[in-house]
Amino acid sequence: MKEDKRAQKTSQVGRVSRRAVLTGAAGAVGASVLGLKTPTASGQDRGAAVSPGLLASEVGTRSSFEQPKRALTGLVSRTPLQDLHGTITPADLHFERHHSGVPTIDPRTYRLLVHGLVERPTVFTLNDLKRFPAISRICFLECSGNLGRQGGEKTRPQELCGLTSQSEWTGVMLSTLFREVGVRPDAKWFLAEGQDAAVMTRSIPIEKALDDAMIAYAQNGELLRPEQGYPARLLLPGFEGNSSVKWLRRLDLAAQPFMTREETSKYTDPLADGTARQFSFVMDARSVITSPSYPQTVEPGWMEIRGVAWSGRGKIQRVEISTDGGKTWSRAVLQGPVLPKAHTRFGLMWKWDGAPAVIMSKAVDETGYAQPDWAALQGVRGRRTRYHQNPITGWKVGADGQVLFAIERLS
Amino acid sequence: MKSRMRTLTILMLTTIGTVLSTAQSPPPRFGLGQPASADLIAAWDIAVMPDGKGLPPGKGTPAEGATIYAAQCASCHGANGEGGVADVLVGPEPKGFAPFGPQYEKFRGDAKDVPFTIGNYWPYATTIFDYIRRAMPPNAAGSLKADQVYSLTAFLLAKNGIIAENAVIDAKTLPAVMMPARNRFVPDDRAGGAKVK
Repeated sequence: MKEDKRAQKTSQVGRVSRRAVLTGAAGAVGASVLGLKTPTASGQDRGAAVSPGLLASEVGTRSSFEQPKRALTGLVSRTPLQDLHGTITPADLHFERHHSGVPTIDPRTYRLLVHGLVERPTVFTLNDLKRFPAISRICFLECSGNLGRQGGEKTRPQELCGLTSQSEWTGVMLSTLFREVGVRPDAKWFLAEGQDAAVMTRSIPIEKALDDAMIAYAQNGELLRPEQGYPARLLLPGFEGNSSVKWLRRLDLAAQPFMTREETSKYTDPLADGTARQFSFVMDARSVITSPSYPQTVEPGWMEIRGVAWSGRGKIQRVEISTDGGKTWSRAVLQGPVLPKAHTRFGLMWKWDGAPAVIMSKAVDETGYAQPDWAALQGVRGRRTRYHQNPITGWKVGADGQVLFAIERLS
Repeated sequence: MKSRMRTLTILMLTTIGTVLSTAQSPPPRFGLGQPASADLIAAWDIAVMPDGKGLPPGKGTPAEGATIYAAQCASCHGANGEGGVADVLVGPEPKGFAPFGPQYEKFRGDAKDVPFTIGNYWPYATTIFDYIRRAMPPNAAGSLKADQVYSLTAFLLAKNGIIAENAVIDAKTLPAVMMPARNRFVPDDRAGGAKVK
């Protein structure tokens, strides 16, 4: 009944309820097929002789018509969210954030040292790590500094929040490794240290190790790529990306955090009251519309508003979409299975009438946390907060169909 | 009949036996990896903790640090730590002004952003030593000797007005340095739920 009311309401503003989409989809597809013109000079006409195409290849490449690229700024590259479909990011388009470049590590000489407050300080080879029970899980990885808008209205999803990507990661549970070395009761934290030139370090609470932390050696079915931590990295689902230390060389268990540079002067959150939040690991719920978005131009009529939503605290409970700048909201359709701490696809069919519109999305996670708007976030955090910014953002659709980033919503 | 039953029983037991032998329950430990020797740990462990654990023998002064800074750091961080292609390092809180917090929010209209620096934001002096030793200078990380790292740490602390110009920094004095921002840091209080934090 509730849903019927919503459907009625939304139909007035040109949006379709979930039920209408599910029951009407088949008819819509049929109509579009019937509407196709007979193929002509497009190469699909079987009237002319056709020679064979390329032979099989050892390693595939993308179609020459498609060139999705990461956007580069120094030690950072951003995932082209607007070019992706589904929820998995191709490994070669996964965002990068390095602190001193990508090291070259020979898997034959790779070692992981686990020591400190453990019963048996141990060195593991890569082969040792692979002999443990292998676990695979899908989750997002997001840098906590994931809000860009230097392009103003000409900001793409990639620049706006392309420091998030999703993969299926495979490796050994850290709890398995810790059981192997024997964690002493006084161990409350562990230091994770990378083998990059900056030997980057973060202190992580031991609870995370015993919960869902992994040491990953594979991503999307293949062994890790160098820029994602080859041959092995820490993976902390739901936590800010920086803490999932790449090129992992050492784990040092201790009673206290180490207070490294990356958990004191960086990756902390100055607040309006003069305090600074520390060890703020979890990424709060967020969403972004990836289509339509800048630099697309759209035509009046039906289109699907699409995007991704995610939360470091668990599953996405719902995503709401507004096509009138936040005055009214409708529930988007979530693409299942909805996984915890994972990018979740959402969509909503929208009939654009050609009048200027502002489209926005808002994620709500299973804890009841709703993605805030910029004013609410600034209100509680103050102006100097640099990380964990997850505001509702939107796109302006002009009368000419040009889609621009609604930069004014972030000022 | 009886012998047939016996054969069947033996067959069943054999089958069960086979199932049990292939599905072993995992042991508490798999016995993988090699014991790490004390020498290996000493060679690999370069972390310094706030209480000074991990600090090596050696010492340094601001004056010694100034020379090393000019040669190895100034090109990126500025002659006086004012920043350049790399972070601003020096900047005690100006009188009546902080890089963030109530004062900053109050003057938001006309205030120029005050940079976050060692002097106004780093909570532990040991972090300076740890970070310089592991990561600086970026084109030759790990090349500085312990005395050089102590000296650079002393130079930056003095430049920020936290220690005296003639202070000597070593494994004993460094952890005792009280940083201006020490008490600003609080644990993360976000925990999901309806409230925006």
